[in-house]
Amino acid sequence: MSKLDSLTRLEQESIYIVREAYHAFDNLALLWSLGKDSNVLVWLLMKAFFGRVPFPVVHVDTGKKFPEMYAFRERYQKAWNLDLLVGLCPPLESMDSSLTPAARSAARKTAGLKDVLAKKKYNGLIAGIRRDEQATRAKERVFSPRGADGGWDIREQPPEFWDQYNTDFPPDTHVRIHPLLNWTELDVWRYIERESIPIVDLYFSRKGKRYRSLGDQDITHPISSSAATVAEIIEELAQTKTPERAGRAMDHEREDAFERLRADGYM
Amino acid sequence: MAPSQSVRAATAQGATLTERPLRVVMLGHVDHGKSTLVGRLFYDTHSLPEGRYESIREMCRRRSMPFEWAFLTDSLQAERDQGITIDTTQIWFHSQKRSYVIIDAPGHREFLKNMVTGAASADAVVLLVDAAEGVREQSRRHAYLAHLLGIRQVIVVVNKMDRALYDQERFDSLAEEMTEYLASFGVTPRHIIPVSAQQGDNMVGLSSTMKWYKGAFLLEALDSLRALPSADDLPLRFHVQDVYKFDERRIIVGRIESGGMRVGDRLLFSPSGLQGEVASFESWRAPQGRALQEASSGCCVGIILKEQIFVERGMVASHVDAPPRYGHVLRGRLFWLSKTPLKQGQIYRMRIGPSDHGVELSSVEKVIDTDDLTSTRVKAQQVPYNSVAEVILRSRSLMALDDHSAHPLCGRFVLRDGYHIAGGGIISLEGLPMMTTQTAVQDEHKHIYQVAHRVSTTDRARRNHHDAGVIWLTGLSGSGKSTIGIELERRLFLKGYQVYVLDGDNVRHGLNKDLDFTPEGRAENIRRVSEVAALMRDGGFIVLAAFISPYREDRDLARRVCKEQFHEVYVKADVATCEKRDPKGLYKKARTGAIPMFSGVSAPYEIPEKPEVTVDTMALSLEESVALMMDYIHQHFWQGGKHG
Repeated sequence: MSKLDSLTRLEQESIYIVREAYHAFDNLALLWSLGKDSNVLVWLLMKAFFGRVPFPVVHVDTGKKFPEMYAFRERYQKAWNLDLLVGLCPPLESMDSSLTPAARSAARKTAGLKDVLAKKKYNGLIAGIRRDEQATRAKERVFSPRGADGGWDIREQPPEFWDQYNTDFPPDTHVRIHPLLNWTELDVWRYIERESIPIVDLYFSRKGKRYRSLGDQDITHPISSSAATVAEIIEELAQTKTPERAGRAMDHEREDAFERLRADGYM
Repeated sequence: MAPSQSVRAATAQGATLTERPLRVVMLGHVDHGKSTLVGRLFYDTHSLPEGRYESIREMCRRRSMPFEWAFLTDSLQAERDQGITIDTTQIWFHSQKRSYVIIDAPGHREFLKNMVTGAASADAVVLLVDAAEGVREQSRRHAYLAHLLGIRQVIVVVNKMDRALYDQERFDSLAEEMTEYLASFGVTPRHIIPVSAQQGDNMVGLSSTMKWYKGAFLLEALDSLRALPSADDLPLRFHVQDVYKFDERRIIVGRIESGGMRVGDRLLFSPSGLQGEVASFESWRAPQGRALQEASSGCCVGIILKEQIFVERGMVASHVDAPPRYGHVLRGRLFWLSKTPLKQGQIYRMRIGPSDHGVELSSVEKVIDTDDLTSTRVKAQQVPYNSVAEVILRSRSLMALDDHSAHPLCGRFVLRDGYHIAGGGIISLEGLPMMTTQTAVQDEHKHIYQVAHRVSTTDRARRNHHDAGVIWLTGLSGSGKSTIGIELERRLFLKGYQVYVLDGDNVRHGLNKDLDFTPEGRAENIRRVSEVAALMRDGGFIVLAAFISPYREDRDLARRVCKEQFHEVYVKADVATCEKRDPKGLYKKARTGAIPMFSGVSAPYEIPEKPEVTVDTMALSLEESVALMMDYIHQHFWQGGKHG
């Protein structure tokens, strides 16, 4: 091990992972949700590949994001010279009606992603999920295979250790790559602060409210907060014990909602 | 909630800003209470997310289930239904001193691969033993695996003390049992703590229920652990991941696993042996906008070399004076996690860092029973699912290797079976033929010009009435090589052959008396003998070379040196037979340890794969063996028509 500080260590581990992914997959893409974590990912990719993201960046668009998010997408696609592909989602009515409303909404996103995958045949998808976000995500692998149907088999995951990743898979499998898996929410904010990484304004407090996690407009709720700068957010997070995704309605409708979403291919 | 505020505040003030969280893995037999311990620790340190405790309590009420601390950890529905942890969960908590990542790994036997996934990156292990049930198979197995994975700091927790009525004698006897087992592979536990996770005894403070216990409580013990030592002090190893050519620059990217690197350093790339000087470090948004001048272990860097030399993924760069060793063989102590057994003679893909090699499982030296380390099955044909073994792996390509004891990060490998990583292990090079950089790489013949003879091979063969060649007799000590060689020499001479026996013992009295019996010594012995045999062959002789030559590697070298008319003869007799014969009394000495590294006893003998001839001296008499060889040589070498 080394004497690197913990943020630099996380940054370097993530760079190692994305370079492994770039070597292993000939048809790789980044899932860019426009949220803070996926912006950190873009930043890490630029570092790993010396100022560029050398593969497509996919935004699975529900059409129901906040206007600030679309503005952000337009601005930084240009600034970062991203090869952006927007995948649109099918209408809500075509989703499983037995699902709860918010989960149904999230299922649209999964369907949108499956459409993109069917068209583009990506065999590797980089996503910005973290273990500390949610109990189910804690079980993830850095390189996590999905079957042809996009499903995640939590029981049959191959072993992963010593920074050796499973990069060979049967045809029709695609692999999710999670370079931020070991980061915490606080790490992400500290890194955003250290590197001055641009993020959507919605994270900052306006009239006593701010968003801690960004999803669709109709199923994401702001939290009460006066944190208007990155430094204030870091201070707030160091004190809080409220989970990050508390404002994401789909997690709370049933205790297993999130696991069902993930097993079905949700990021 | 006052303690919670202070715990949190300490973290916020930056105790953990620069220090990496300490990674602790929880191991132990199923149902010995790992998840309970973790759930309780989180609750007692006020590290749970708001509402988690209450929501699980509520869930239990709705389902009319008794509340369990483990539910906090096992928050997946599937786990609650099955009642076991199915995969590794990583969760974070903080003490006053630092932050922790707790890896809660499953105790159920079939989920060993997940345990390995969780435990491989840990700084320390907390090993749970149930005070009532005592030390069980998995308690020992997990402890051994943690050791194999390289985790050196161990805390033993004797849990469920409440069920053992907080009995000191019970604790003392379990503590002694674990200490003894751990000591059998050189591990001394840092702490052994009597705990009841269920009741919260000795978790975050000393409990009044066990006044006889004077040691540290669990949180105190955790705080006393250290993060892994720095790899900066080891020699430089830079694993090349890729070479990027996005623009006019040719950037070599990879990670510095150990040591440090600066601009101007001369690097040796292994196993190619090519050298290049670091011209610059490349980066996007370098800290403070200044180009890096040096980098240390853990850094993923991009470098440009002064020279245009061929570099590719999988190479290892080092400094010129401290390179890795080169070889085709390694001994691995490994764990195997695939349901398909690891089989002798099969080819697998092996990775050491980013380097990828096709390797053959040359032999299974022993399968280690982790329950009772003394009873091992020697010379098995395969390594079954979920077991630990010592094996010899052989690669066609030359590998750059480090011994695990000298270099923990580079001295380890993983094996793939089909699509998946199915095993991992640590590398031992002890007792194996290795090359130094120089012999493997340097072009020895750069400034040497050979003179041409005016007597041709054909001229010599015509005068001798036979072709020249090398008959290489390999086999265990006592198999009959020399006996056959000497008798064969006498008979061939009588028939008019130009023939000479090069015998192992004889050569070691003169030409090779400076060499020992280490793998390196053996390799050099064989190299010299091969050269001598090749010269005598050029002189028209039939050379009968009788050498144990236990390593396939060395015999292949002999074949390469001799180029043509090289005939490998396997003088076959197993260890038991040779030991019974023991003409020189060597086996007896080897068994007592008086002769170390004795082939077949304390060093490997690798059976020839495709010898030209096999002479089975367990089935054939000396006369029959010699007759068989006379026929063979006559067929392959004689040109003078019928013998009289």
